[in-house]
Amino acid sequence: MSTVQATRTFDVAKVKADFPLLQRVLEGGPIHYLDSAASSQKPQVVIDAMTTYYETINANVHRGVYEIAEAATNALEASRIRLGQFIGAPSPETEVLFSKNATESLNLVARSWGGSNLGPGDVVLLTQLEHHANIVPWFQLQAEKGFEIRWIPLTADAQLDLTNLDVLLDGVKILALTAMSNVTGTLTPVAELTARAHAAGALVCLDACQSVPHQATDLVALGVDFAAFSGHKMLGPTGVGVLWGREALLEAMPPFLGGGGMILNVTLDGFVPADLPAKFEAGTPPVAEIIGLHAAVDYLDALGMDAIREHEISLTAYALHALTERFGEQLTIHGPAGAHSRGGVLSLAMEGIHPHDLSQVLDQHAVCVRPGHHCAKPLMKVLGVGATARASFYIYNDTDDVDALADALAEAADFFSF
Amino acid sequence: MPGLEDLYREIILDHYRSPRNRGELASPPATRTEGFNPLCGDEIVVYLDIDDTNTVTDIRIGGTGCSISQSSASMMSAAVRDKTIVEVKALTRAFKGMMSLHESSLDTEAELDAEAAEAEAQADAGVKLGDLEALRGVVKFPVRIKCATLAWNTLLQGIEEATEAS
Repeated sequence: MSTVQATRTFDVAKVKADFPLLQRVLEGGPIHYLDSAASSQKPQVVIDAMTTYYETINANVHRGVYEIAEAATNALEASRIRLGQFIGAPSPETEVLFSKNATESLNLVARSWGGSNLGPGDVVLLTQLEHHANIVPWFQLQAEKGFEIRWIPLTADAQLDLTNLDVLLDGVKILALTAMSNVTGTLTPVAELTARAHAAGALVCLDACQSVPHQATDLVALGVDFAAFSGHKMLGPTGVGVLWGREALLEAMPPFLGGGGMILNVTLDGFVPADLPAKFEAGTPPVAEIIGLHAAVDYLDALGMDAIREHEISLTAYALHALTERFGEQLTIHGPAGAHSRGGVLSLAMEGIHPHDLSQVLDQHAVCVRPGHHCAKPLMKVLGVGATARASFYIYNDTDDVDALADALAEAADFFSF
Repeated sequence: MPGLEDLYREIILDHYRSPRNRGELASPPATRTEGFNPLCGDEIVVYLDIDDTNTVTDIRIGGTGCSISQSSASMMSAAVRDKTIVEVKALTRAFKGMMSLHESSLDTEAELDAEAAEAEAQADAGVKLGDLEALRGVVKFPVRIKCATLAWNTLLQGIEEATEAS
């Protein structure tokens, strides 16, 4: 008898039916939404959760003593615990911080932890896969603090080249890296890198923006010290993100933004910051959005994160095979060759056609892809391109979407053939 | 929905396939100005030779971009050669007007003296867009207007640098 447990699967057509926007027929035809790496669509349950909040318990949190204010506060704190569970946070009630998005979460780490721990002679280690959100905050801080920034280089297929990692790690205080590239889909060996960074005395800050929506996350197994992600890429609304950090680190860090809600006391002489997590949540939080994100996580867990990953591996494998077969060397797909080493993100380059023009033709068929540098200009430089056209998959995409992409690419090739 | 033919007119594709005035000029004496489209990553370089009669005597275009930005740059380079700065600015105003970007004056100084205003009005009246008319369809694709105007904004910046230097 086999002990291997079969992964749950789900019916993509039924999933698609849960998303109002995906029912739309655009001018170019039924929508083929292939831009979830930028932002995902939202299921009805997420939209309803936010509407219900506004219709029944809308009130500011952590302040009022009346019934609905208490209900709103309880809903927010329940969301915090739920989000923590979703990523395997050991102490969600203190370690899960709500932010505006992953960008703000990463800025918080750079400003608050970096601002009080980095100086001349220190080193911050990044990878060449990073999104600008995990680059620019470090540059901004570097201008003030004068530390060194190093980069883990890439192999030809856009995986991390760890050949000289020991040398690179020498003197490093923090390694800040992505779990999954938003351009090439490259999955990085987070647990292995974290172990080696810790052995070298460095902390690890994970940009989990692309990984948390698409595969199961277990922070304890990964071993990282901080993890940042956005709600809107995982079926949740815009305007809410998460930073998870180890309690001891967060305790020792100064507040990031100042204002209401983050203080224990304020006098004419100064202030005393509040305890975690309030210390890092100045101002009224995005309550409706946090409640919407809670519903999104419930929806994802009902499908099963392992089933989601399996679905994306099989769809990515189908796409890699279909596109390579049809277009051969005319089409370059950046990143790792195998579907198991990457997320469902395909950065495409069609010979002789600029990504902007390619995407324009695709739009004529309601195939929504993203042209541009994807906020990863250093990576584009390493790949040797100015821009790519990126197609990315999620739970509601199927082989029809890939076929529509392929047909539209063929038309673009035909239109621009010289 | 506007079709691809509205955007990609034959003359645009011709300039994209065979761009005019590609290359570099020795700088100095030429000015070298970089333009970026931060949304799509396109980069353009405009090299400009402007003589002491304020005439564009030579222009070269470098960089990479989509068919719209590249063809616009190519047509622009052909259109501005041997024109005075006043004429080039008038042409730029007319082109941007066609792109639905209306600017009363491209000069940074708020007030033009009467003589300059007269020269500007005269130049505006004399503008012929010619081949550039082919880019009119871009207006129907608002996201692409930035592609079409990238070269022109870079050109204006180059003119500013050239006139400041002289």
